[in-house]
Amino acid sequence: MTDDDKENLDKIIQKYEGKEGFLIQLLLDLQSELHWISQEAIKELSLKLKIPVSRIFRVASFYKAMNLSPVGRHSICVCMGTACQVRGAQRLLDATESKLGIKSGQTTPDHSFTLNRVNCLGCCAIGPVMIVDDDYHGRVDSKKAKLLLGQLASDS
Amino acid sequence: MARLASIQDLEILRDERERKRDPLRREVAICTGTGCLGLGARAVVSAFEREVELRGLQREICIKETGCPGFCEKGTLVVVSPPGIYYMGVQPDDVPEIVEETLCRGGLVGRLLYTDPVTGQKAVLEDDIPFYNHQMRFLIKNNIKINPKDICDYIALGGYAALSRVLSQMTSQDVIEEIKKSGLRGRGGGGFPTGKKWESTARAPGRSKYVIVNCDEGDPGAFMDRALMEGNPHSVLEGLIIGAYAVGAHSGYIYVRMEYPLAVENTKFALHQARDLGLLGKNILGSGLDFDVSVHRGAGAFVSGESTALMNALEGKVGEPRPKYVHTSTSGLWDRPSLLNNVETWANIPLIINRGSDWFSSIGTEKSKGTKIFSLVGKVNNTGLVEVPMGMSLADIIYKIGGGIPNGKKLKGVQTGGPSGGIIPARHLQTPVDFEELTGLGSMMGSGSIIVVDEDTCAVDLARYFVDFLCDESCGKCLPCREGLLRMREILDGIVSGQGREEDLQILKEVADLMRKTSLCALGRTAVNPVLSTLYYYPDEYAAHIIDKMCPSLACKALVSYYVEPNVCIGCGLCKKNCPQGAIEGEEGSISIIDQSRCTRCGICFDVCPPKARAITKVSGGLVRSKAKEGEKA
Repeated sequence: MTDDDKENLDKIIQKYEGKEGFLIQLLLDLQSELHWISQEAIKELSLKLKIPVSRIFRVASFYKAMNLSPVGRHSICVCMGTACQVRGAQRLLDATESKLGIKSGQTTPDHSFTLNRVNCLGCCAIGPVMIVDDDYHGRVDSKKAKLLLGQLASDS
Repeated sequence: MARLASIQDLEILRDERERKRDPLRREVAICTGTGCLGLGARAVVSAFEREVELRGLQREICIKETGCPGFCEKGTLVVVSPPGIYYMGVQPDDVPEIVEETLCRGGLVGRLLYTDPVTGQKAVLEDDIPFYNHQMRFLIKNNIKINPKDICDYIALGGYAALSRVLSQMTSQDVIEEIKKSGLRGRGGGGFPTGKKWESTARAPGRSKYVIVNCDEGDPGAFMDRALMEGNPHSVLEGLIIGAYAVGAHSGYIYVRMEYPLAVENTKFALHQARDLGLLGKNILGSGLDFDVSVHRGAGAFVSGESTALMNALEGKVGEPRPKYVHTSTSGLWDRPSLLNNVETWANIPLIINRGSDWFSSIGTEKSKGTKIFSLVGKVNNTGLVEVPMGMSLADIIYKIGGGIPNGKKLKGVQTGGPSGGIIPARHLQTPVDFEELTGLGSMMGSGSIIVVDEDTCAVDLARYFVDFLCDESCGKCLPCREGLLRMREILDGIVSGQGREEDLQILKEVADLMRKTSLCALGRTAVNPVLSTLYYYPDEYAAHIIDKMCPSLACKALVSYYVEPNVCIGCGLCKKNCPQGAIEGEEGSISIIDQSRCTRCGICFDVCPPKARAITKVSGGLVRSKAKEGEKA
């Protein structure tokens, strides 16, 4: 962790001082600052909050939203909810995996992309849905996915 | 804005708002719910802002970003009021024409209006559109009129009047009686009588009590809670404050899943504004009620939508369910009495207080009262959120509101209740939708997803999909759910890949029976529904996979082959160009041939084959069987 990271961590801890049941919220905040939760960060938290490493790790590893390994610069998320599923989400995921050369849950070796599947984004009426960084895209087929990924690759 | 010290202050604010409203100023409401945003609503808003500024019409026209009115299929939705002209599928390029034609000249842009696919007739207003006029909308009707980030919009439409009434004219017991009399049942899935739940929390001893909104809408295919929380957060908050008054709670939580970032944002905004106005905090509207609420983001775990698991998550722990013999009404969050209801349940409370329990219980069926929002999705023409009285038949919902099945396909069945529900076959479509009827068919109401599947979806594969989903989401605390799901997935994976054995069906039933009887929480107990309902309603499909090694719906990858019909292939070479495996042979101008040994059945060739040729077909059984036999010999 850099000094900046440590400073960020202290700020986040301060925000929750005196509150009950904050661990999940704190980890989510930490993740949005640092993009992932490293072992080092967990140890640091454990020391400062006086919560055992095992407890923090248990929570961090239980919830899907928490990344325990570094993520790529761009995040790609394919919705695998039922409505997207019956409209061809599996084929969209297959096409995205083959385009990026990684499986869902993985990051490309050059750290450009992380691909994830999510169980439902609640945009079921416009499925299949894909989130590229923070933007939602509806009615995505393999062709449109290729286009979206192509745009990102040429931007970066 | 000044703090409202009394109920009179609230009424003054409401009047003032009405007085200040310029009747000549026209309003352009643009849906900026997550659905329309996914179809490009942000660019439509910018285009309107640009156009209005360009023409210097800022004083005549007000642009309002609203929540989701439900007809997501046709997004981006734009409503021009008065009189409420409903434009659909609006793209940024359409905006100058709308401003010119409708806002400046008072005419219509015909191509953006709803067109009846059969008669070709255009519909101008919301009530003229079949998708809307067969509905009964109380909960989501206001979404298109409200900017969720402006509390005054909600107040102008009569918001917080129910709270005023409760605080000034009703005792907590009166409120509970009213809710009990209404017959309202929990909208999250269980269908437990809401009034009874309130009563037991109110009676539970203890001074610290909690009220909780469950917006951890994990059921894939359901998004009504998102639409309410994003589009009209104050209606939920008003219900929650009334609940707090009724049971004697001073703090509340709104638990929103983090997959709904806009709902988190709008909820936080709503709480801020309510606090500034004195609708939260100490001595609300001068009544002596102290109550405040905080937002808690979920972190991506389906099981934490279960009420006791959600309380663990609020405590910052792993979201695993607790044993049910301890009732949360007496010992919930931090072992204190807690009242947890679903978003839609809370949103019903102000309606019941304003219009009375008699009005509410006059809608619906004998045991299921009021309206219910369903998310109508999948293979249906008009997808979106529909609010109908309990008891409407599935057929009416799918054909009258949903406009039937696209591309001339046949309806195969309807999946309701999320992963805990079952699949109802086409022959039961006349069933009225309420809690009891759906359970009787081996499915359930759940949070209200209606996923229409046509003949292209394989029943076995759909069951496998749900089991796979739940395997991933089972918390692992109790053995029947954890191991039972894994075994079921193994068996189903085998069946869809052509490795099924006849005895598998019996094993599936036995595992399901055990899980249903011994799992700790509802996730495990109901996880068997997709498997059992498909086994019951679609036995032929299981048999086809197991005995004939074929998938009648041509959906299971391992049992399907792609084949080029030589006499219709036009030799364009598109399939060859797009095949990621290089499995297609043939020069441009000559017929393409797929090398089956290299084909991964990704289906890209099928997608890119030009419609005028349609030369690529899917086959199941024939080619695959001969290959499987070769495999056996080897």
